[in-house]
Amino acid sequence: MLSHFPVLQVILPLMAAPTCLLLRQSKLVWVFATIVCMLTMLISFQLLYIVQSQGTIIYELGGWKAPIGIEYRIDMLSAFLLVLVSSIATVVLMGANSSIQKEIPKDKHTLFYISYLLCFTGLLGIIATGDAFNVFVFLEVSSLSAYTLIGLGTDRRALWASYQYLIMGTIGATFILIGIGLMYMVTGTLNMTDMAERLPDVVQAKTLYTAFAFFIVGVCLKLALFPLHLWLPNAYAYAPSIVTAFLAATATKVAIYVLVRFVFTIYGVEFSLSHLPLPHILMALGIIGVIGASIVAILQTNIKRLFAFSSVAQIGYMILGFSLGTQAGLQACLLHVFNHALIKGAIFMAIAGIVYRVGSANVKDLRGIGQRMPLTTAAIVVGGLSLIGVPLTAGFVSKWYLILALLEQGLWPVVIIVLVGSLLAVVYVWKIVEVAYFQKPEGFQEGDNIEVKEAPISILLPTWLLVAANIYFGLNTDFTVNVTDLAVLSLFGGAP
Amino acid sequence: MTFMSQYNYWVVIILMMLGFYIVISHGNLVKKLIGLSIFQTSVFILYISMGKVTGGTAPILDSDYTVYSNPLPHVLILTAIVVGIATTAVGLALVVRIKEAYGTIEESEIQQKDDEEC
Repeated sequence: MLSHFPVLQVILPLMAAPTCLLLRQSKLVWVFATIVCMLTMLISFQLLYIVQSQGTIIYELGGWKAPIGIEYRIDMLSAFLLVLVSSIATVVLMGANSSIQKEIPKDKHTLFYISYLLCFTGLLGIIATGDAFNVFVFLEVSSLSAYTLIGLGTDRRALWASYQYLIMGTIGATFILIGIGLMYMVTGTLNMTDMAERLPDVVQAKTLYTAFAFFIVGVCLKLALFPLHLWLPNAYAYAPSIVTAFLAATATKVAIYVLVRFVFTIYGVEFSLSHLPLPHILMALGIIGVIGASIVAILQTNIKRLFAFSSVAQIGYMILGFSLGTQAGLQACLLHVFNHALIKGAIFMAIAGIVYRVGSANVKDLRGIGQRMPLTTAAIVVGGLSLIGVPLTAGFVSKWYLILALLEQGLWPVVIIVLVGSLLAVVYVWKIVEVAYFQKPEGFQEGDNIEVKEAPISILLPTWLLVAANIYFGLNTDFTVNVTDLAVLSLFGGAP
Repeated sequence: MTFMSQYNYWVVIILMMLGFYIVISHGNLVKKLIGLSIFQTSVFILYISMGKVTGGTAPILDSDYTVYSNPLPHVLILTAIVVGIATTAVGLALVVRIKEAYGTIEESEIQQKDDEEC
């Protein structure tokens, strides 16, 4: 049983998805799906523990040895991401039952849970697998279910956003498919470790460079790097709030994982970052993303869209760290992947609570929300502080490491840009604080009693769990720093 | 290495660019999906081409033959075809819903209706 854990945590949600159809009843399906997610989470914690104590786990599907069979390979990086994705999925799903009552028609509830579990399966599969083609398959599993999840939004613009995401996402996935195909052509294998071993012999081949270019563009589309981010803001803004919380905290992070995995494990730092002008391109795009997307975020009138643009900016930070190609830079990137998932999870869950009560995510409808929903609004504020990178929050830790990594390379101007980006974050977070606390609701008379009507406890609880995680990982960095440190070491070819 | 000996790869490139161009240039949502399908099909041909071994026969063990084509890319592409069908199906389903909600499947008109709402 224990030895089957690597595959079990992918199989579990996959098998649970069709089972939901038999249960039918919305509440029952919710309980079932949450239990499945929790089991998966426990398995992923167990996997992390095993990896920490015994090193990389290799699992052969069906007993076929790699490179003939498909191999699941859980190393420190995968285990870390598995824990992140499965925890976020579980916590977000806890709030789903209340939130979707108002946002998704009753007859589609079961379908929502099925798509959610399938999307979850896809994301876990991408992280667990050690086979390049398998990555593509799971990528499509998660993307296709993400399109349907987004299309469930009540606003008709959700459909249009979902369609645009489908076109862009499929182009991205097909580019990745071309990249993997060309790599198979030159190496004759699909197993990642095997591929990495055979690459040095064929490093002269032009096909390899073509494959790399296709792959990078494809994966950058998936992770919404500026200027390939156009699908993201609308998709996040009009999807049901729970879906936004889930996708914002996991989907783009897993795409970053794919980028890191291919660039470091398969191609190697040597090839990807020193032969090609990739670091400069990525750094430039990261910088434009940080500044540009933050400015656009300030101009938004819908808070879901506002934080969606902020996500694009935060991805810019991760790519900045990644583009340095140093151990410190990669560690900053991975830390920000983790911390940003917590931040966006908390903020979008709080927004789910607001949408539940107010029925809208427009800034003008949030006047005086600070008095009416004090706990929910406070969650957004703490999340916002973490987003800015105020000390004692998780966001500070990753920004700190990013700045250290930049200083190590003597990149002073970029440090200033990172700080300007944080200041821009102050502006858009303040915009919400001002409306929420310093403006009176429409038609409010002096002397009226403000009715306190919080979000239901089932949404409030996961929100504050994530907020607490933000504060906890801001104060105690042992776990995140240690694990990312080991993950980076192994990616750079050190032990274990 | 003449032009003709690799004509299947030229077909791949031409189909790929055609499909990509249709996705970018057409405003009709169904036509966009057709373009996307053509784009994906080109990749299928790329995979199938790379599995072909010159002079090789179908990969069924037989004492008369020693050279076989590589079956793996063909199997892979079977999976990719299924993915492609699923994508097109989801896309077309979305187009149906868009038609119900907006009353049109022209990109420019949808954009116009969205702008009016804001």
